[in-house]
Amino acid sequence: MFRAHWWAAVAAVTRQVGDLELAEDAVQDACAAALAQWPAEGWPSSPRGWLIGTARHKALDRLRRDRRRMDKEAEAMREDAAPHAPGGWTAGTDDELALIFTCCHPALDPAARVALTLRSVCGLTTAEIAAAFLVPEPTMAQRLVRAKRKIRQAGIAFRVPGPGDLPARLAAVLRVVYLVFTEGHLTAGGGALIRGELCDQAIRLARALAALLPSEPEVLGLLALLLLTDARRDARLSPDGDLVLLADQDRGRWDRAMIDEGEALVERALRGNRPGPYQVQAAIAACHSGAATAADTDWREIALLYGELLRYEPSPMAEANRAVAVAMSEGPAAGLVILDTIGGDARLARWPQLHIARAELLRRLGRRTEAIAAYEAAIALEPPAPERAYLARRMREW
Amino acid sequence: MVKYLFLLYGRPDEQLPEPGTEAFDRMRAEWGAATGAMAQAGVLIDCAPLQPPAAATTLSVRNGETLLTDGPAAEIKEHFGGYTLVECADLDEALRWAATLPAAEVGKVEVRPVVQVVAPAEQPAG
Repeated sequence: MFRAHWWAAVAAVTRQVGDLELAEDAVQDACAAALAQWPAEGWPSSPRGWLIGTARHKALDRLRRDRRRMDKEAEAMREDAAPHAPGGWTAGTDDELALIFTCCHPALDPAARVALTLRSVCGLTTAEIAAAFLVPEPTMAQRLVRAKRKIRQAGIAFRVPGPGDLPARLAAVLRVVYLVFTEGHLTAGGGALIRGELCDQAIRLARALAALLPSEPEVLGLLALLLLTDARRDARLSPDGDLVLLADQDRGRWDRAMIDEGEALVERALRGNRPGPYQVQAAIAACHSGAATAADTDWREIALLYGELLRYEPSPMAEANRAVAVAMSEGPAAGLVILDTIGGDARLARWPQLHIARAELLRRLGRRTEAIAAYEAAIALEPPAPERAYLARRMREW
Repeated sequence: MVKYLFLLYGRPDEQLPEPGTEAFDRMRAEWGAATGAMAQAGVLIDCAPLQPPAAATTLSVRNGETLLTDGPAAEIKEHFGGYTLVECADLDEALRWAATLPAAEVGKVEVRPVVQVVAPAEQPAG
């Protein structure tokens, strides 16, 4: 019930008291107070304003109790003297942006950035985040405490970065949103419910960022990519929980509304003429969603787009995906040549998808023994359960 | 404002150029430019290179007895070779300045916030 206001409330109170941890605790207190008061006394005209105003008082109460923060209290009290309409507290756009830029600061540990964003921006509880990342709750609590301490001790400022820092800092924010999504998307097998929640949170974040930064094409590109990917959520798993590959998915089960929105966003982003990796990935996803059947897929265009993506992110994963697209447009032998040139990369050798892709191409070429060996290599790397089941099925189906 | 100490780490095999050589003059000029800009901006408090780790003496006092060891406190791959002390508005500003140091290109710069210690006499009364 309060999650829709969490981001704005934590942002506004952090701006006023200058401390993220204090602000978060105060917003938590305010939510508890709302649960007790609203049903009895009626809903306030502006729930968000009520929460922010109440949280602010709670934060000042805590400051007064905490003598170690004496000078900060003095500062906050001075601001308190400024006139304001009761219950009319709001969070500015800049405050909300400042909060997510703070949580995704590159000086923080990458795993902590993801966790902190889910806690401070999305309002997930520590227990929920711990469950989503399959770590014990005390471990996650510790990670969050450490990150917030670093923000305070290192002097990470609560503000929107200046124009010089913005591109790099925005990339760090988008990366966190993307990681929240992939964490939910890739391992849809175990605890599917919580995982779906992560995908939803990532899309909410991307949507909010697109509203806050409407002229940043990469933000639109990321939102488009997430929508186009998530539109296939229901079709990705069979009723038995098995993974269904893109080519075999029932396209009637794809979410048409999400696809339409995603496709419109890619077009709008690309019109900005400032392409970037998320826009290119969204364009690739749009190639798939725009094909009525798997056979209609424009693999030549997809191969070109992966080539484009490699210019931004020269990763062996993108190269492997390009190989698959080339195999689809020019034949399995051409794809296999690319896969075999990158197969020597140690990072990639530990990536089951490389072996799966090789296995599928070898299969199409009728090279059975080598294909079986590649399937077995993929299984040996212990991919998630649904993928493992899929591979076992593929080997049986020969 | 926060004080930040930049700890400058270099490679152990790094040889500083000899005075009088062209390389020495170039190093002086690069450092002069970087710290000059910091001084100009009013953020620089102090900056100095250190004698090599071999010149270090590490001290501890246990049960009233002073123990001395030859060498640095911790054996690490990189050598702590100098420091820069600045005062900035926040971490982003400190990181921007740290990146302008020549040491950032050849070695590493650790940016550490300095704890503000309030002397008893400076504490507000009451």
